[in-house]
Amino acid sequence: MTVAQAATASAEHGEIDEHHWTSTGLDTRKLAIWGFIGSECLFFASLIATYLVYRGQSLVGPLPHTESQCMLDGKMQACEGIFEIPLVTFGTAVLLFSSLFVVLALYGAQKGDRKMLITWLSATVICGLFFIGMQVYEFYHFYHKGLGYSTNLFSSTFYTLTGFHGSHVTLGVIWLSTMLVLALRGKLPPEKALNLELAALYWHFVDVVWIVIFPVVYLMR
Amino acid sequence: MSAHATHGHDDDHGHSHPTPRTYLGVGVILFALTALEVLAYEVGHRPTWPLHALVEPMVVPILLILSAFKFVLVAGFYMHLKQDSKIFTNLFVWPIVLAVALALALVILFNYWVKETF
Repeated sequence: MTVAQAATASAEHGEIDEHHWTSTGLDTRKLAIWGFIGSECLFFASLIATYLVYRGQSLVGPLPHTESQCMLDGKMQACEGIFEIPLVTFGTAVLLFSSLFVVLALYGAQKGDRKMLITWLSATVICGLFFIGMQVYEFYHFYHKGLGYSTNLFSSTFYTLTGFHGSHVTLGVIWLSTMLVLALRGKLPPEKALNLELAALYWHFVDVVWIVIFPVVYLMR
Repeated sequence: MSAHATHGHDDDHGHSHPTPRTYLGVGVILFALTALEVLAYEVGHRPTWPLHALVEPMVVPILLILSAFKFVLVAGFYMHLKQDSKIFTNLFVWPIVLAVALALALVILFNYWVKETF
């Protein structure tokens, strides 16, 4: 549908046009979120590249996988690799499931199925909160094992990369929570499902970034 | 299940979006691929496990390939790039191409060129 056709159709039916049409026939908000996601790809690529560039160049521990010498309680001592792969794998699975849940919520929103929308959107927010909790636990645990932000090259690049990802997850949870509140108040009818679709696109992007971070940071030695 | 639920639903451009069954199928595949990633990691780093010698040199390529599969599945099905306008695909894919080129250039520059120069 062209811009003129869309405007004419709305005017003929005496409706307020909810869509923000462009000359391409696409919604401006959807174009904007895709443009934003494209720019975010470059942002995370620079962080991942920095992590890879400095990988294996730390002079003191703790290190991600291998035993090393670290400064603990004011003296150098042997310490083990600090990554807990089972915990992070579980967090990864939860984030993947949240992507499935949000797409089911969107399906419910588009169909006008309020129960489906609220159920799956709630599940998505819970999964997001679990992931944030997992990351907070991980950072706390690492800090108490002697891995501060400036301890070594690994810690600086690791905290920066995963911290920025975590902050994106947090923003995503806040955005999805506002959608959930709207849905609970009955203010997310099928004609406004695009509002949830934009939040879902951002959430999926956060998920695909983790799909790259998980093997590159946690599984590659 | 309604006709829409069986055959999907149309977006603004007349393209059919997947059904919950498709979304669930993709979810199962994503979960299986993650399990394979962890399995490859464990086999590759435990000398006593079977197939260790075979898998160890291939751990990094295996992880990258599995990760790429997962990336394509989420972008194609969950982000609806398979059905939506190609303009959205271009807005996503070209920055990724640029991002991968940027990451590769930095890694090569710092790990090989700089070490040999200085």
